[in-house]
Amino acid sequence: MHSYKYKKMKKNTFKITIATVFSVFMLASCSKQLDLLPTNDITSNQVYKDATGYKQAFAKVYASFALTGNNGPAGNGDIQGIDEGTSDFLRLYWKAQELSTDEAVVSWGDPGIQDFHNMNWSASNPMLTGLYYRSFYQITLANDFIRQASDANLSTRGITGADADNIKKYRTEVRFLRAYQYSILMDLFGSVPFVTEADLLGSVLPKQKTRTELFTYIETELKAIEADLVDARKNEYGRADKAAAWALLARIYLNAQVYIGTAKNAEAITYSKKVIDAGFTLISDYTKLMRADNNLNTSEFILTINYDGVRTQNWGGTTFLTHAPIGGSMTASGFGVDGGWGGLRTTKAFADKFTDITGATDKRAQIYTNGQSADISDLTKFTDGYAITKFKNIKADGSAGSSLVWTDIDFPIFRLSEMYLIYAEAVTRGGAGGDATTALGYINTMRQRAYGNTSGNITSTQLTADFILDERSRELYWEGFRRTDLIRYGKFVESTYLWPWKGGVKGGTSVDAYRKLYPIPSSDISSNTNLKQNTGY
Amino acid sequence: MNMKKTLVVLLFAIIGISVSAQDRTVTGKVTDTRDGTPLVAVSVTVKGSNKGTVTAADGTFTIKVSSTTTTLVISYLNYVSKEVLLDSKNIVNVALSQSSDQLNDVVVIGYGSVRKKDLTGSVATITSKDFITGAITTPEQLIAGKVAGVSITSNSGAPGSGSTIRIRGGASLNASNDPLIVIDGMPIDGGGISGQANALALINPNDIESFSVLKDASAAAIYGARASNGVILITTKKGKKGAMKVDFSTQFSVANISKKADVFNGNEIRNIVIANGTSTFKSLLGVSNTDWQDQIYQTAINNDNNISISGAVKNVPYRFSYGYLDQRGVLKTDELKRSTIGLNLNPTLLNNHLSINVNYKLSISNSNFADQGAIGAATSFDPTQAVKSNSSRFGGYWEWLDPTSSTGLKSLSPKNPLGLLMQRQNSSNVSRQIASALFDYKVHFLPDLHVVVNTGFDVAEGKGTNVTNDSAASSYNRFKDASNKFHGGVNTQYLQKRSNSYLNAYLNYAKDIKAIGSRLELVAGYEYQDYKTTNYNYSDLTYNKTVVNAPNFASNVPEYKLISFLGRANLNILNKYIITASVRQDGSSKFNPDNRYALFPSAAIAWKLNEEKFLQSSKVVSDLKLRASYGVTGQQDGIGFYDYISYYNLGSNSAQYQFGNSYYPIYRPNGYYYNRKWEQTATANIALDFGLFDNRVSGTIEAYNRTTTDLLNEINQSAGTNFSNKIVANVGSMENKGVELTLNFQPVKNKTTTWDVSLNATYNKNQITKLTISDDPTYSGARYGGISGGTGNTILIQSVGYKRGSYFVYKQVYNAAGKPIDGLFADLNRDGIINEKDLYQYKGNDPQLFFGASSSVSYKKWNAGFVLRANVGNYMYNNVASSSGTLRNILNPIGYINNGSRDYLTSGFSGNGSNYYLSDYYVQNASFLRMDNINFGYNFGKVLHNKANLRISANIQNAFILTKYKGLDPEVNGGIDNNFYPRPRTFVLGLNLNF
Repeated sequence: MHSYKYKKMKKNTFKITIATVFSVFMLASCSKQLDLLPTNDITSNQVYKDATGYKQAFAKVYASFALTGNNGPAGNGDIQGIDEGTSDFLRLYWKAQELSTDEAVVSWGDPGIQDFHNMNWSASNPMLTGLYYRSFYQITLANDFIRQASDANLSTRGITGADADNIKKYRTEVRFLRAYQYSILMDLFGSVPFVTEADLLGSVLPKQKTRTELFTYIETELKAIEADLVDARKNEYGRADKAAAWALLARIYLNAQVYIGTAKNAEAITYSKKVIDAGFTLISDYTKLMRADNNLNTSEFILTINYDGVRTQNWGGTTFLTHAPIGGSMTASGFGVDGGWGGLRTTKAFADKFTDITGATDKRAQIYTNGQSADISDLTKFTDGYAITKFKNIKADGSAGSSLVWTDIDFPIFRLSEMYLIYAEAVTRGGAGGDATTALGYINTMRQRAYGNTSGNITSTQLTADFILDERSRELYWEGFRRTDLIRYGKFVESTYLWPWKGGVKGGTSVDAYRKLYPIPSSDISSNTNLKQNTGY
Repeated sequence: MNMKKTLVVLLFAIIGISVSAQDRTVTGKVTDTRDGTPLVAVSVTVKGSNKGTVTAADGTFTIKVSSTTTTLVISYLNYVSKEVLLDSKNIVNVALSQSSDQLNDVVVIGYGSVRKKDLTGSVATITSKDFITGAITTPEQLIAGKVAGVSITSNSGAPGSGSTIRIRGGASLNASNDPLIVIDGMPIDGGGISGQANALALINPNDIESFSVLKDASAAAIYGARASNGVILITTKKGKKGAMKVDFSTQFSVANISKKADVFNGNEIRNIVIANGTSTFKSLLGVSNTDWQDQIYQTAINNDNNISISGAVKNVPYRFSYGYLDQRGVLKTDELKRSTIGLNLNPTLLNNHLSINVNYKLSISNSNFADQGAIGAATSFDPTQAVKSNSSRFGGYWEWLDPTSSTGLKSLSPKNPLGLLMQRQNSSNVSRQIASALFDYKVHFLPDLHVVVNTGFDVAEGKGTNVTNDSAASSYNRFKDASNKFHGGVNTQYLQKRSNSYLNAYLNYAKDIKAIGSRLELVAGYEYQDYKTTNYNYSDLTYNKTVVNAPNFASNVPEYKLISFLGRANLNILNKYIITASVRQDGSSKFNPDNRYALFPSAAIAWKLNEEKFLQSSKVVSDLKLRASYGVTGQQDGIGFYDYISYYNLGSNSAQYQFGNSYYPIYRPNGYYYNRKWEQTATANIALDFGLFDNRVSGTIEAYNRTTTDLLNEINQSAGTNFSNKIVANVGSMENKGVELTLNFQPVKNKTTTWDVSLNATYNKNQITKLTISDDPTYSGARYGGISGGTGNTILIQSVGYKRGSYFVYKQVYNAAGKPIDGLFADLNRDGIINEKDLYQYKGNDPQLFFGASSSVSYKKWNAGFVLRANVGNYMYNNVASSSGTLRNILNPIGYINNGSRDYLTSGFSGNGSNYYLSDYYVQNASFLRMDNINFGYNFGKVLHNKANLRISANIQNAFILTKYKGLDPEVNGGIDNNFYPRPRTFVLGLNLNF
C-alpha cells in the first residue's frame, strides 16, 4: 500500500489541498463581498436623477404633515418612541393647542394625554416629545431637499430648463415649510435648536436660538422667499404660494408681543390685508368647511394638509378629528365613518360662547347635546360635556367619502377667516395702516355667513379685542388656535379666565406662568448638550 | 486500532528502557465489570514511574516491578481508571467499569473537539441520555433546566412555538440576546421563516446526539462576532459501524390547559352591571352563562412517531431517520404536522486519512394557525351572551351590533372568540433543508496536520394562505371599493425563501513535544457565511379577491455576509497545565467599510490539580481542575443590514400625497448611523471543576463578570441631525455578574439500583452602567414594552444604575386595610403634581436566581425521574388584570359590556385616567417552582424471540407550578402577561422498540 507511487500522489494531494485552500481564501476574502445594497431602497443619486424623483422627495416633505410614515395607515413610521397612529403633525399639534384649553376635553388614558387638562405636563410627556420631533422631522427633510435641489446639484445631475425651474420652486416652498415649522416650535417651545441646509447631518450638535432670534429668522426667511413663491392662488392645490407666506407673517406679527416683547400690529395688518386682497372669498356654508370634498373650498383655503381615505391614510389628522368626537348616542354613519372613538368633547365655557348652541341661529355652533351633559363631572366619561360635529367625512352633496375608516377631509392650515380676524384684532390693538370700518366689515362678512343673514352683525362699538377672542373661538374652534390665542390675551395660565378642569380642577384654577411654554423634551436635552431647558421645567 | 497499536509500541519501548530495575513479576487479568469479558490493550503502569505494559487479547498481562513498587494504575479509554495496591500478592485481577459519561469524554467545541478533561473554557455538554423525555417537539426543550447559566423558556403553548434562550442573561439591550446556534458545524440564522417562527422547530429532536453550550469567552470567542450571547453547538446523530440497528419510537399524548384566566362568570357580570350600569348597559345584558375560555380551548391529542436505521454499507456508516409529528394546539384550530428526514453518512477513506461526514436534513411542516386574538377575546367577551345568535349573519356567531353602522357591528367592540377561530384559516407549508459536508483530511506525509473543510447550506421556503371568510365579523365589509361597494374577509398569501450558505476551512496541527512533556495544538481557519432571505410581497385581498392594497415591489431580498479568519493555540504541559488562546477577525456587511472588521481575542488557563502529587493518591478527590479565562466577543445581530448610509424608501400606495388633482408617491430618506460598529462583551471567568469519590459526586462552581461596551442601543438623535429621532448606535455599557453551580451525584449505585441526582443554580446580576453620550440626571431612560390599555403606554425602562428591563411605574398608595386607593399615587418628587416625574424603577422580569433539578432512579427494569425548574426574584406585569379588571372596562364607554379580571374585586379600580395602568400594584412577584417533567419507564428487555428490545414510558409534562403570581402563568418572556397562550399540561405514553 505504501508504495512509491502512493508517495508521489500524496505530494500532489498536498499541493492541491494547499492550493485549493488558499484560492478559497483569496476568492472569498475580497472585501467587495461585504458591500451589499438593499433591494428596493435606493441612494440619493438614484432618487434625484430626474425631475420625477425630485417631485416624489418633495411630496414627502409635504406628506410629513399628513402621514405618520411611509406606509398608510401605519407600519413604517417616521417618528420613534411614540405610538405611530398618534405621531402625525396635526393630531399632536391639535392636542397641544386644544386639549390645554376650554375648547376640548378627552376621555382617554393615552400616556400623557390627560396632562393637557391637568396642566402638569413634564419634559418627558410623550405627546409633546412626539410633536417636537415631528416638527423637526419636517425641518430635517426640508434641509435635505434644499441641499439636494441646490443649483450645483441640479447642474451636476443635468437637470435644466423647465424641470430645473420647477425644482427651484419646490426648493422655495420647502423653505416656507421649514419656516412654518420653526414658527410652530417658537410658539410651543420658545427657544429651540436651529438647523438649516448649511448644517451637514450629524456633523455638529445644533445650537439653540432664542425665541427672538427665531422670530427674526422666520420673518427674514419668509420675506426672502416671497418673490420666488408662486403668486397667490396660482399654485397647485395643496402647495404653498405667496399668500401662505403672507398669512404666516400676519400670524407671527399678531403674536409678536408674546414672542419678542414688541407688538407688530401694523405689520399684521399689512400682511393679512395682502392675503385678503389676493381674491379669496368665504364659501357660502360654514358647515361645509370640514367635509370629505373640502378640497373644493379653494376660495377660502390658503394652504391645506391633504388627506385621502385611500391614498393618504393615517390614524391622525382629520381621521382622528372625525372619529374621536363620536360617542354616546351619536350615529357614526351620520359622519361618514364606521364608528366613533368616544374621546373628544368640549367644555361649557366654550359652548357658552354661543347664545344659541343648537346651530339654528349661528350655524357655526356644531354642537351635539343629546344624552350629553354640559357640565363635566368626570373627564374620562364621554357623555360628560357636549360633543362637536364640525368634521364629517361626507361630501357637500351628502354622498360618502372614499373610505369609512380614513377620511378625505383636508385640514386648512390657513384660511381666510383667520386673516379677517387678524386684521380686525390688530386694528383694535391700535395697529397702524388699517381701519375700524374695514375691520368691522370683515367681521360682519364672516358673521353673515354664520347667521345666513345680517341678524348677527355687530356694531363698531362691539368690536373690541375681547369680542374678537370669543369670535375667534366661535369661528376657528378645533382648528388648532386656542392655546396661542389665550396666551396672547393673558388668559391661559392666569386666574382671569377659568374653564372647567383647567389645571385639573373641576372649577378651574390658575397655574404657574412658566406653562405658557412647553418644555423641550428631556430626550433632546440629554442628547444635545447645547440645550437649555425652559424655566420652570 | 491504530491508536492502540501505537500505544502498544510506545509502551513496549518504555518498558524496554526500564527493564533493568525489575525485582518481581506480577500477572493478572483485566475484565469488564458488566459481563466479565477480557479487555484488550489496557494500560497497566507502575504508579509514579513510566513503567508499564498492556493487556493481551485474553486480557492478561505480565509486568515486572521493583520491590519498592506499591501501586499499579490500570487505565483504559472510556473506562474508569483503577489503582491497585500491591502487597505481597503477585496475581492481580481487575475489573474496570465504563465511565458513566462515556460520550462526555470528548466535547465538541468550535472548530474541533477536545477531551473533557482538557477543557479550559466554560462548556456544558448534555448528551442524549440526559435529554428531557416526553413530547418534546423543539430541540432546545431537550435541555431546559439542565444547564447552569442557561435559561430556556418556551414562548407559549402553541404548537411548534420556540423558546427564548438566555445564556448568562444575554449581553445586549437593543441588539439580539439570542445565542448563536451551530448545527453540525454550521452557524444558523436564528430567525424563523414565514409560517414557522421558530427556526429550531424544523429540527427533529430525535436526531440530536448532543448539545455543547459555550458560555465563557474562551470557549465562544472563536465564534467572534456572533458569540456575545453564548453559543450552542448541536451535534446530530451519526451512523455507526456494525450490524443494522433499527430504532422505532412512538408517542401518544394528551394535552389540556391547566389553568384558565381568572375572569367573572355570567351571573357575576350581571350583578356588576345591575349594580353600577346605566339603564342602557342593563339593557345590553344577555341571559346566558358562557365560559368563553371553555369554548376556545380543547383537549389536544398528539402523535409523534420516529424510526431510525443505522449501520454500515461496506465501509460507509449511515444513519437514516424519519419522523412524523402531528401536534394539535389546546387552542382550537391550531395544528402542526411535521415530517422530518435525516440522513448521515460518515465514511473514512484513504486508509483512514480522509474522514467525511455528510448530513442532510429535510423537514416539511404543514400548520394551521389559530387566531390568537381569541385568547384575549375569551377573557374579555361578555359571558352573559350566548355563543350563537339566532341570525345566520356573521356565521351565526353572536356579536355586538349597531344597526346604524355600515357593517352592522358595533365599532371597536370585541369579536366573538369562537367566531375568530372558526372563521379563519391561516395555513402554511414550510420546507427546510439543511445539508452539510465535512472533509477532514489527515495529510499523508504529515499526519499531525489535518485539513478540514466544512461547507453547507440551509434552504427554506415558507408559504401560506390566510383566509377569513366574508361573513366573519372580524373583517366584515372591511373595504369599500371605488364604486362604493363593500367587500369583506381576507384572502391573502405569503411566501418567503431563505438561502444561507456557509464555508469553513481550517488547518489543525497537533504535535506532542516530548522534550517538555507537552502537546501543542494549532488551528487556523477561514470562514464565509451568507444569509439571504427573499420576501415576496402580495396584495391585501378581500375574501372575493378585491385588491385592498397592492405592494410597491414584488419582493425584497435582505442579505448579510460575514467573512472571518480564526486561529487557536492549545498547549498542554505535563497534562497538568493547559493554556488556550484564540483570536478571530470578523468582517460584516452590516457596517461601513471603515468599521467592518474587528478582532476578538481570548485566553484561558487550566490547572489540573488532581494530577499534582499532593492529590494523586487522594481517595476523596478524583478530579480537580481550576480554570480561568478572559476574552472578548462581539455582536451584530438585531440591527439594520444596510443603514450605515441613508437610503430612500418609496412610500406605499396608501401613503401618497396630493398636489392639484394628482397623488404622488413619496420618497423618504431613512435614518442611518454611519459610525455603527460591533458591540463588544468582555468576559472574565473563573471556575473549579471537581469530582469526588470516584466521580460519584462531581460538579463545577463558576463565577463570571461580563461587561458589554459600545452597546448597540437605540439612542435619541438630537433633533435636526438625522432622519430618525432614535437610532441604534454604540452608546452605553452594561454588566452581568454571576455565579453558577452544577452538582451531579449518585447517592445509590449497585447492581439493581442507580440513582442520579443533578442540580444547578445560577445567580445573575445585571446592571446598566451607561446609556447616553452625556450624563443627564434628568433623563430617566429608554422606555419600552408596550402594554394593552390606552394608546402607546409602556411599562418597562432601561435606566442607568438599574437592571435591564426594570418596570417604570407609579407607586400605588394603599389604605389602612391594605386596599389600593383608586387613582392615588405617591408624589415621589414632592412637587405637588403626579406626572411622569413620579414614575420609578421597580423590580424587573429577569430572575436573579434560577435553579434546575433533575433526578432519575432505575431499579432493575424500572426507572423514574423528574425535572424541576425554579426562578426567584422575577416579576411580571399582569396586563390582563390592568387592562380588564376595572369598572370602566366592564362597562365600556363605547357602549358594550366586557368581561373583566376578578382582580377588580381586590382593586375596585374605576379605570378612569391612565396612570393606573402604570401602577406598581400590577407588577407582581412571579417567582415560581415548576415541575417540568415527571417520567416513568419500564424496560421489557428482549422480546420477539430475543430479537428486539422493548421499552415503554409515561410522562407528565408541566405537571404543576407553585407561585404567588396571580395571573395565568408566571413565565412569560418579556415581562408583560397579556393573554398568554397557555402552556398545556401533557400526558405522554411512549413505546420504544429497537432491534
